[in-house]
Order: sequence, then C-alpha cells, then structure tokens
Amino acid sequence: MKYVMLIYETPPNLESRKDPGHDPYVAAWKAYHKALVAAGAYVSGAPLKDMATATTVRLRDGKRRVQDGPFAEAKEQLGGFAILDVPSIDAALEWAARCPTAASGAVELRPIDDDFFANFVDG
Amino acid sequence: MDDPIDDAGVRRTIEAVARASYGRLLAYLSRETRDVAGAEDALSETLLAALTTWPKDGVPRQPEAWLLTAARHRLIDESRRRRVRTEHEDTVRLLTLESATAAITEDTFADRRAELLFVCAHPAIDPSLHTPLMLQTVLGLDAARIAQAFLVPPATMGQRLVRAKRKILEAGIPFELPRQEDLPQRLDAVLEAIYAAYGLGRDEVAGVDQPGLALAGEAVWLARVVLDRLPDEPEIHGLLALMLFCDARSAARRTPDGHYVPLSEQDTAAWSAAAIREAETELADASRLGRIGRFQLEAAIQSVHVERAQTGRTDWAAIVVFYEHLVQLAPTLGARVAQAAAVAEAHGAAAGLAELDRIDRSSVASYQPFWAVRAHLLRQAGETSAAAEVDDAYDRAIGLAQDPATRQFLLDRRG
Repeated sequence: MKYVMLIYETPPNLESRKDPGHDPYVAAWKAYHKALVAAGAYVSGAPLKDMATATTVRLRDGKRRVQDGPFAEAKEQLGGFAILDVPSIDAALEWAARCPTAASGAVELRPIDDDFFANFVDG
Repeated sequence: MDDPIDDAGVRRTIEAVARASYGRLLAYLSRETRDVAGAEDALSETLLAALTTWPKDGVPRQPEAWLLTAARHRLIDESRRRRVRTEHEDTVRLLTLESATAAITEDTFADRRAELLFVCAHPAIDPSLHTPLMLQTVLGLDAARIAQAFLVPPATMGQRLVRAKRKILEAGIPFELPRQEDLPQRLDAVLEAIYAAYGLGRDEVAGVDQPGLALAGEAVWLARVVLDRLPDEPEIHGLLALMLFCDARSAARRTPDGHYVPLSEQDTAAWSAAAIREAETELADASRLGRIGRFQLEAAIQSVHVERAQTGRTDWAAIVVFYEHLVQLAPTLGARVAQAAAVAEAHGAAAGLAELDRIDRSSVASYQPFWAVRAHLLRQAGETSAAAEVDDAYDRAIGLAQDPATRQFLLDRRG
C-alpha cells in the first residue's frame, strides 16, 4: 500500500542543511533514507527548497494571483516528502516514528488514493 | 453528627476506589455475561453516578460493594431493554444476573482479574490486541493512551478494541482459568502480552533501540496479578524477575541530559539494589519450582549482568550458555541477535559476525538491533572489515532507530 509522508520541519531543522557534512540531523536523514531504500519501502521523494522559494498560484474571477511564499504560513513548513510502499498502515507508522523530523517537527502520513488515480492513467 | 460533605474528598475517594478496584470490578461483572463492552459501559455509568450521589449521601461503608451492586442493576436493566427486542439468550443472561445479585453484600468479592487476562490473550483474538485489551480492561487505561504506546492512531485502536470485545462475546470465550493441559501455552500468551507492555529492548547491546519504557509499571503490576492466582507457575516468577532486573537499571540508562549509556558503561551504583534483590528472590522461587522456560532464561541472563555490581566483570561464557538454551526454546530474532553479541564477547567479533550471518538477511531489513550489533562487531573486527561495510551497518542502525538518544549514540560511534 502506498503512502505519502509529508515532512514538516522546524526552522532549526532547515538551518541544518547549511552544514550537510557535519550536522547530525542531516546525517540522521541520510541514514534514514538508506534504511528506507534497503528495506524496500521507498518509492520516491525529495527534499524541498526553503519556504521563501515557494510561489503560490491561484486563478480567481479570471485573474491570475501569484504570490511569493507557500500556501499556508506556519512555524513548521513542508520541508520534503516521500512516497512509501509498505504492507500496512502499521509499517508506515513505524517508518514515520523513525523519521528524524518526528522528534522536533511533524510527519503526516496519508494513503495514496490508487483507485481514484486509476481513472487518470488509462488507455 | 453533621460533618460538612467534602466534595473534593469524595471525588478523591471515588478516584482511588476506581483506580484500585476497576480491574476487579470489571472482571467480576464481565465474567457473568461475557459482555466486556457492556460491563465497561455499566461500570463507567455507575462511577459517574457515584460522583453525583456520594457527595450528597456520603461515601458508602463498602464502596466496592455499592459500585458492584449498582453496576449489576444497570446490566440487568440493559438486558431487559434488549430482551424486549431480541430473544432467549438475553433471558439466560438476565436470570444469571438476577440470581447472583442477591449474594453480593460483602465488600470483598472473588478476584477474577486473572481470568480476564486469560480471556484477553485467548488464541481466538488477534495477538496484536492481547496487550491493548489487558490494559483497557484490567487497568482501565483509555484507548487513546494505549494507542500512543503502540504507535496506532487513537480512533483505530478504539475500533479494534470494540471489535475484539465483540469477538469475546460472540465466540463464547469462557471466563475461566485454562485446564492444566492447556495452561503452558495459554499462560505463555498472557506473559508475552504483559512483556509487550513492558516494551524494553535488550539493552545489553550498545546501540539497540529503546523507544521507551512505555508502560513498565503497568506490566509489572499485571504480572503480580497473575502471580497472585498462580503462585506455582515458574515462568510468571521468571517474567517478574526479568522486568525487575530491567527496572533496576532504569536510572543508569541515560545521563542527566538524556544521552544513551550502554550497559557496559553504566554506573552500577545507580542500579537499584532493592529491585535487584526482589528480582533475585523471584528467580530463586522460579528455579525451586523446577521447570525451566524462556522468561526464566532471560531473567538468568540479566542476573549475570547485574553481578558486575559485585565482581566488576561480566561472565559472558555463562550468558552464552543461557542464550543457547533460550534460542532452542524461543528462537526469536531478538534472542538470536543478542546471542550473536554474547558469542562475540566470549569468543571474538568474527565468531559473533558468523552467528549474525546465520540469520536470514531479509527477515532483518527493518530490525534495528541486528544492524546495531553488526555495526559494533564489524568495527571491533578492525581491519578485516571494509570501511564501507562498517558505515553501511551503522547507517542502517541509525536509520531504523526511533529513539533520538539511540540515534545520537550511534551517530557519534559511526564518526
């Protein structure tokens, strides 16, 4: 079963990317990623660049609205995501608990709606 | 005599009675109808009612008897309501309740908590629910708190518990101690479920993840409940000894600022001598009963470890022998990995790594202790280990850890 893991990081988490060679949070993340891949649970994912680099686009009343910044302003921001393929929600939760961000930020798990997606991907 | 009714005092009394008696009351109530969920509802309504009437009328002389009688009346009323709509099985239940209600006036009633524990760990119930059921029914913990300990969403845990209790009723699971011939297996299921609540990894290997002593006190308490009813079962003594040995070291496992301290580096002065004494007594009681088992062997291993407080060293050769027996009785991943670590201490890193290699690699893809031990042994084996292999093993152990303190310890060792 596929899940998306949305990783909400604190400002200090994001700061740690400036010193990727030494920071323990980055080292923990490298190890976590390795463990996910080795266990066959990792489908794909990526870290995201800083909230300041986000742009949000809306269309209202025929007018485009483009604004600097993410959809929602919050102390914790979406720092990355991963797509997991695991046997059950229990396994997904174990992985979420292992995520280094769980200790300081938050990790959201959401099942992917494969059934609905099948409507799009068709011959 | 006109004492002012002390509301706060009454509230405290109710809370105290509820906490101390919940399990006994629930076990007694649900045994008659086998309807655990119905009994829980009746009991919690009764406790609420007590909160209203006791401040006005005063706390009864026999609070437990009052609660039991009131809860049973609620159960009878509920049965009557249902009987109007359904059929004869409720009649049987109703008659059972009515005839039994007359009897209760004493303030001590038979303790049926052990029966309830055996019900919770019955083979017909999903093993992953044994521990949660015990915690909810015998200890009165709420589903949300149990959910936290087991890393399950609260609503999901609630639903699973409801389904399990329905299963107990529908499958006709009896509320009695198992027959002698069934006892070893049934008891093992109960003890395993209690140990699962204790929740500690084998901390004799440096870097093994210890997500936290989630419900350690509760687990010890449950073991004592079972021991009280079955004092001549050696494995219960063994489990209690095991948990007490682990309790004894809890203060030494972390530095004041929360850093991981491996067993070999723990300050033995910080170990609780009282807990160790009690553990040794339980282990001695177990061995007098003359039937070895997995929990006694685990406890014996811990007993060797705590000797370091007296002798300054660890008798790894003795531990290796105990693990040989343990792995024969109960070849769990945890035991086999710990055995490899012990073999390494007694016979060198290469011997330990050879033991690890006998474990099917696909079964440990997500098993943190395997990688913690492997990393440790590869590092100890020195130049015979490729640097990339050592780093890889550490990375796996780090990536699989849930406890930040374990992660940091391994990160520091990885370098």
